[in-house]
Amino acid sequence: MSFIPPISGPYLRENSDVRKIMLLVMLALLPATAYGFYLFGWPAIILFLVTLGSALFFEMICLAIAGRSISTYTLDGSAILTAWLLALSLPPWAPWWIAVIGSGIAIIIAKQIFGGLGQNVFNPAMVARVALLISFPLEMTYFIQPVPFLNEGAPSFMDGLGIIFGGSNFDAVSSASLLDFIKTEVGQGAALDQVMAGRYQPENWLLGNSISSMGEGSALLIMIGGIALMFLRVISWHIPLSILISIALFASVFHMIDGARYPDAMVHLLSGATMLGAFFIATDPVTSPVTPKGQIIFGFGLGALVFIIRTWAAYPEGMAFAVLLMNAMTPLIDRYIRPRIFGRTRQGDPLDIQEEL
Amino acid sequence: MKLFRIRGGVNLEGRKELTAHKDVILDLVIPDLLHIPVQQHIGTPAAPLVEVDDYVLKGQLIADGIGSVSAPIHAPTSGIILRIGEYPVAHPSGLPALTMTLEPDGLDKWCELPKPLDPETASAKEIAERVSEAGIVGMGGATFPSAVKLNLGEHYNLDMLVINGAECEPYLTCDDRIMRDRPEMTIKGVKAMMKALGVSKALIAIEKNKPEAFHAMEKYAADYEGITVVDVPARYPMGSEKHLVQALTGRETPAAGLTADLSVVVHNVATAFAIYGAVYHGRPLISRVVTVSGRAIKKPGNYYVLIGTPISFLTDICGGFTEKPKQLLMGGPMMGQPIPNIVVPIIKGSSGILALTEAEIKERRAMPCIRCGGCVAVCPCGLVPLELAALIRHDDLTGAAKIGLKDCVGCGSCSYICPAHLPLVQYFNYAKGRLKADEANRKKQEKTKILVDSKNLRKEEIKRIRMEKFAKQKAEAAKAKLEKEAKDAEETL
Repeated sequence: MSFIPPISGPYLRENSDVRKIMLLVMLALLPATAYGFYLFGWPAIILFLVTLGSALFFEMICLAIAGRSISTYTLDGSAILTAWLLALSLPPWAPWWIAVIGSGIAIIIAKQIFGGLGQNVFNPAMVARVALLISFPLEMTYFIQPVPFLNEGAPSFMDGLGIIFGGSNFDAVSSASLLDFIKTEVGQGAALDQVMAGRYQPENWLLGNSISSMGEGSALLIMIGGIALMFLRVISWHIPLSILISIALFASVFHMIDGARYPDAMVHLLSGATMLGAFFIATDPVTSPVTPKGQIIFGFGLGALVFIIRTWAAYPEGMAFAVLLMNAMTPLIDRYIRPRIFGRTRQGDPLDIQEEL
Repeated sequence: MKLFRIRGGVNLEGRKELTAHKDVILDLVIPDLLHIPVQQHIGTPAAPLVEVDDYVLKGQLIADGIGSVSAPIHAPTSGIILRIGEYPVAHPSGLPALTMTLEPDGLDKWCELPKPLDPETASAKEIAERVSEAGIVGMGGATFPSAVKLNLGEHYNLDMLVINGAECEPYLTCDDRIMRDRPEMTIKGVKAMMKALGVSKALIAIEKNKPEAFHAMEKYAADYEGITVVDVPARYPMGSEKHLVQALTGRETPAAGLTADLSVVVHNVATAFAIYGAVYHGRPLISRVVTVSGRAIKKPGNYYVLIGTPISFLTDICGGFTEKPKQLLMGGPMMGQPIPNIVVPIIKGSSGILALTEAEIKERRAMPCIRCGGCVAVCPCGLVPLELAALIRHDDLTGAAKIGLKDCVGCGSCSYICPAHLPLVQYFNYAKGRLKADEANRKKQEKTKILVDSKNLRKEEIKRIRMEKFAKQKAEAAKAKLEKEAKDAEETL
């Protein structure tokens, strides 16, 4: 019998691994993604593939430079997932270079420079989204009316190539997203009920037949994926629920105070990036707190920031900014919010027996 | 009975079906050689009382306990002491330790045993003394001398004995079989322990995955006042002493304290069974039930084994290996120790010998931590394992100690659950070892400093005295000179 090096137990392991977690998240994103493809057609599919492909390319380059195992780390699924989330938050007909620059920012700057998987402080997809939004505001707010597959006027595959890679004058009805529209109109002094006349369609926001980013349209499909992840114990309820409650709370309170200025909770919850952010982006384990209590604080703060930015800041959508700001708070939250150690008080002193008795 | 929630923990696949249904094999042949290490317990090693070529009888004292925390060792069978010297033992270091090798004569002839005690009439002190003389130690694996724990009543106000029959480690079924097959003896042992501790209440805690053991024990416990059998949830690490007490009483043992601070003492089921033998029959601890299991073992089962039996003897009895085991362990798969070599002997704390296949261990490459928080959720001690590991990786051991490294019980729930397959327990054990060594080093340096300081003080004192003496001499000389000059002057005048 050969000598077995002394290693500590346990000699049993649960059947879970990083790759499996990433894979489950992608599966949960599939319904919303497929629906986005259906709504926005070939251009969206091509844009999605360009985002994923370029992300993988950048990941491999970085791993090669860092001298790490390309096969192990490319296949861990994290780069694909980052790119996937980025693609879902892009305008569905954005040009190819938006996708490539976005992937580059996400993978190279936000992830690999920090040390790769698990080391980044900020959510890579959101870093890319914010950087793109600030650098290319025109392209990043070019939203279109959905032209679903099989409908008249839906772009063919060749049209799709033309739209994404340029050189095509394909006719689409460009339009502002709901949050953008509300912001502009209310900002110019219009009363909210006039602005919302004929636009208050929660059922459409839920199902997703609305003007939105590639995968943020259907609140319902995103929720289904998110809840499935909770049942699979990939994510816990703490972050999504506290975000949604926080947004709903702020929106309702302000809507009650002045209904002519502040849209109600339904508008905030069901449109824009709320659902995708709450279930899939804020729950990124790397950049969120590790304790349930910390996660609730994180979620509540994030929801508040989303509302504040949407309502009073220059941008109609605040999810990406809110995520990054709360990412920055995560180390602080984790430092101060800890579980109580067995046999000790919260301050870390041994429990007093006399008090116990 | 109302139970209390404990924090964290994991639901493990029990894998007890490999051995749980099989009767304990009692009539093993005696091995050709028995290797009996002098250190089979926590505390000072026992000191051999025999010499090479001595003939010893079964049950004869062959090594005596030294000091307050130690345990004597008895000959497991009759025979000749062949050798006393270094021999491989089940220690992760793989280093050999002082061992007495006994060549059995096959007669298995008992020595004269002390008289049985009747717990009804014997005093608490007599019972504890008997347990001490019998060399009984905690048989769940901790191997703390049992008599020391039975004497806790001298310093603590005790009111309850908890018998740990949780057996929360996967694969192990030796406690299960003792409870199923010898419930009456075990409960008699519990009764004797209650007498020694001076408590009127005992709880026997058995995990819900052992209904047969529960019913068997409950049937016999009914005859005794004050003994209650409780089924506790099968959730690892239920068998951790402090967590079991919390599940049963709702009370938390203070950090760095003992359950005795809560008036509770915990003993293992197998220990109760051994104490039965010592009290009712005067038998020392020379054999125990061992689970031999794992899918690399051809015929897994429970065996009643003499202390000192080489593991290779046991694996041969089990028909050998189905495949080359990936890992040999002493104890359970969660907290057991790797066995460096198949020749090492069974000791008093060996609850199981496991030979695990590659498929069972599922060893996989470690990935970076993705901060999923799984380890935080399962840690029964309320620690943040991922942060501890990060600090230890950066060699910040003081930082790790500050956030609770020493409160870690090493249960391994965090490593079990970790999707990045990080060897978290390995980090913690390394850091604990380093901290201990640093502490010892610091103490040594302090001691040296005190010695050096006092030496310097002494030197200075000597110097001072010498200087004084010198000054005095000088003064005297000067005085004498003056006097002489005065005298000379007088004379000249």
